Amino acid sequence: MASPLRYSDALIAGILRRVRTITMVGASPNWKRPSNFAMKYLQQKGYRVIPVNPRAASAGASILGEKARSSLADVPAPVEMVDVFRGSEAALEITREAIRLRAEKGFEVVWMQLGVRSDEAAAEAEAAGLTVIVNRCPKIEYGRIWGELGWGGFDRGVISSRWPRPAKRDEGAG
Amino acid sequence: MTDETPAPEGGAASDWGFETRMIHAGAGPDPVSGSRQTPIHQTSAYAFHDADHAASLFNLQTFGFIYSRLGNPTVAALEQRIASLEGGRGATCAASGHAAQVLAFFPLIEAGERFAASTRLYGGSVTQFSRTFPKFDWRCDFVDTEDLSAVEAVLARGAKALFVESLANPGGVVTDLETLAGLTRAAGALLIVDNTLATPWLCQPFEWGADLIVHSATKFLSGNGTVIGGAVVDGGRFDWSASGRFPGLSEPEPAYHGLKFSETFGDLAFTVHSHAVGLRDLGASMAPMNAFLTLLGTETLALRMERHCRNSLAVAEWLTEHPKVEWVSHAGLPDSPYRELAEKYLPNGAGAVFTFGVRGGYEAGVRVVEKCELFSHLANIGDARSSIIHPASTTHRQLTDEQRAAAGAGPEVVRLSIGLETVDDLVRDLDIALAAA
Repeated sequence: MASPLRYSDALIAGILRRVRTITMVGASPNWKRPSNFAMKYLQQKGYRVIPVNPRAASAGASILGEKARSSLADVPAPVEMVDVFRGSEAALEITREAIRLRAEKGFEVVWMQLGVRSDEAAAEAEAAGLTVIVNRCPKIEYGRIWGELGWGGFDRGVISSRWPRPAKRDEGAG
Repeated sequence: MTDETPAPEGGAASDWGFETRMIHAGAGPDPVSGSRQTPIHQTSAYAFHDADHAASLFNLQTFGFIYSRLGNPTVAALEQRIASLEGGRGATCAASGHAAQVLAFFPLIEAGERFAASTRLYGGSVTQFSRTFPKFDWRCDFVDTEDLSAVEAVLARGAKALFVESLANPGGVVTDLETLAGLTRAAGALLIVDNTLATPWLCQPFEWGADLIVHSATKFLSGNGTVIGGAVVDGGRFDWSASGRFPGLSEPEPAYHGLKFSETFGDLAFTVHSHAVGLRDLGASMAPMNAFLTLLGTETLALRMERHCRNSLAVAEWLTEHPKVEWVSHAGLPDSPYRELAEKYLPNGAGAVFTFGVRGGYEAGVRVVEKCELFSHLANIGDARSSIIHPASTTHRQLTDEQRAAAGAGPEVVRLSIGLETVDDLVRDLDIALAAA
């Protein structure tokens, strides 16, 4: 693997705040698989996650309450982020499809999972005006930025002496 | 919808200086109360939102707390801080340094398998590895880590890890971490470094290729002789899946429905495993109060270590001139055989724990210890209070004569841990004790 990729916290946090709906290519119906772990966590954080999994789709199956889709073309718009949860060798084809469908679906971000890296795919997506994140997990990044990752004893790399304001929905409660 | 709290503006951990991280890493204002100092979460268990949340936690699908044997918010703040100071991915705190050592090996060594350890270790570690670990059928081969062909030979015989102390107890010995890391990497083994005596302020073992770091938090990290505690830190760079030698981390874990830690958690795998399996089943968890006291200690780590090192070198220099002193083993002294290694690995100072040999052997060593007024005679180091001990009759007592000699704890050896008192008072106390020895 080439040099590690660095992204600012502001870039990652901006994506995770802006995005509402994610399509996860490679989401597994098996609850013990990493993709299922990540999908469930992201759902708990309020994202709608639409799984792309041809085998599950052909069986008419749902994954964590969401109907499985056979391809990106089959995903209902609007979806802001494509999460590539497949091997690196599949990333280029998925990314090219995301670029082709960009306007129709509203894709803004192509996010390749931790361990997934295709520099060619990343370059093509960036040239097409998409924001690209490579070799990161949105679940881990969400936990890292907003604190939950630290509960597991991990260095988040985040230091702040500000007392965070609660989210709007919590104001006035209690 | 997603969390609407603004993201902090700060960058990666490495963008903040060491002193900033020793105060702030892992410890922002409490989200609920605004408490600026880290609260002591004195609780055994944690409420679940609902059955699905509970299931997610038990399945390791989400981050959160279940039970304080597995994790506690105050302890987690300390884990983050130690991980940050060491430049590691994550840390797991434990009830003691010895418990941390068990936690370090637990995911790595199966029954009947071997690891190697330096002969220059804290006597308690030698005993743990040679007497108690065999009851788990973990086999330790002790090796002189300055004999590189011997290290290669022991790795070739199947040792899955090499355990060393960066600055070795009882003192004055600096380990050539970079060279040893080259040997372990070539053999597909791990380098585990006990960084207790050096602390991350003096030595950064991950920069030299270490894979895991262990600590006794009882010593300089807490700094006031208040707690028993430990930590194991994962550098996050060892590829468990590619290695295939560590099935505990790369193969299905039956107690978690066949989950593979390395596949599911990537570079978080070791630390997730240490909490979810290690602490779950070994149970040697750190108490929240001990984590709190250690957090307080880390806030002043660099300041204290600077003074510890300065006082220590002054005492060592004075001892070299004393007629009743045969030799002084302090890596900061100009004639120390470890001077070059100390300059490379311990650029901020050669530590505050060292040994000297008193003329008159065992009996003289015992008398020096007993005649001190200011130095405390006790079996601890890394305290603000200076301490003195005669290893041959105490900390290294369980060892054979050969083991004692190899560990630098022969009959004439006296160990000092230099504290933060007025250095002239320390010298005067030793002067009176040596005169009476």
